[in-house]
Amino acid sequence: MFNALSITSLYVLDQQKALDFYVGKLGLEVNTDQDLGFMRWLTVNVPGDSHQILLEKPGPPGLDEKTAEQARALLTKGATGGHLFFTTDDAYKTYKELRAKGVEFTEEPTERPYGIDCGLRDPFGNHIRFSQPLSVAAPVSGSTKANR
Amino acid sequence: MSRAEEATNRRMLRARDAMDRAYAEPLDVPALAQIANVSEAHFIRTFRATFGETPHRYLQRRRVERAMFLLRATDRSVTDICLDVGFNSLGTFSRSFQAIVGESPTAYRERGAIMAVPNCFAMAWTRPSSFGEAKGERRRLA
Repeated sequence: MFNALSITSLYVLDQQKALDFYVGKLGLEVNTDQDLGFMRWLTVNVPGDSHQILLEKPGPPGLDEKTAEQARALLTKGATGGHLFFTTDDAYKTYKELRAKGVEFTEEPTERPYGIDCGLRDPFGNHIRFSQPLSVAAPVSGSTKANR
Repeated sequence: MSRAEEATNRRMLRARDAMDRAYAEPLDVPALAQIANVSEAHFIRTFRATFGETPHRYLQRRRVERAMFLLRATDRSVTDICLDVGFNSLGTFSRSFQAIVGESPTAYRERGAIMAVPNCFAMAWTRPSSFGEAKGERRRLA
């Protein structure tokens, strides 16, 4: 049976803007950027991690124009349902760095039973989270901020 | 759908994200319309067309959802939780909670602790929306 999850696909509205965001701001690296003629095969990955994220633009002929419009509508409403979950060694530091780059956060770093957790959006509406898992997180305090 | 509508969706999502992130703050229509970069008159109608309920309803139920969470995940008092999630008056909080959830905050708390799941899923799946999940009398708040 399977032995790895190697590629995850994500819809984006504009591949250049996606590159600016995922590489320029989130610090991922380009794995493959190739013009296949019928599509631009664009994947990125976390440095040192082999899992690739395919940044795909929904449209014809894979999707008819009406369906592509629906896909874009769901994406911009934040309703595509795909999430990316990254991990980090220092959630607060990463949060500060990304905030300084103008990244749009949906949730500030918050201490949870499973670690320090954080949420953001990509420019198109995709939901992204990163957390500092409990194994590397500081002990969860009993404060209300931690539980909110 | 035009590109302009996609841009509008994205701006409405930005306002909704603000409610999810800063529900405890006194977010009013002018503040949210500014986040969404649209006129106040336009904002309520467009938000409702985008997400199926008014911004007021969305925020009220986000606050109730966070209260539901805190009631079961912490031992803070009902009054503290009421203020924590952005209600100014215990009376309004208790009435809204009862009407939306179908039981009082204290009774709800007695259901006991909840399992920890990533918070975004808890927030997405346990908010009593305006379109069906609220167990209480929805009409009272319509």
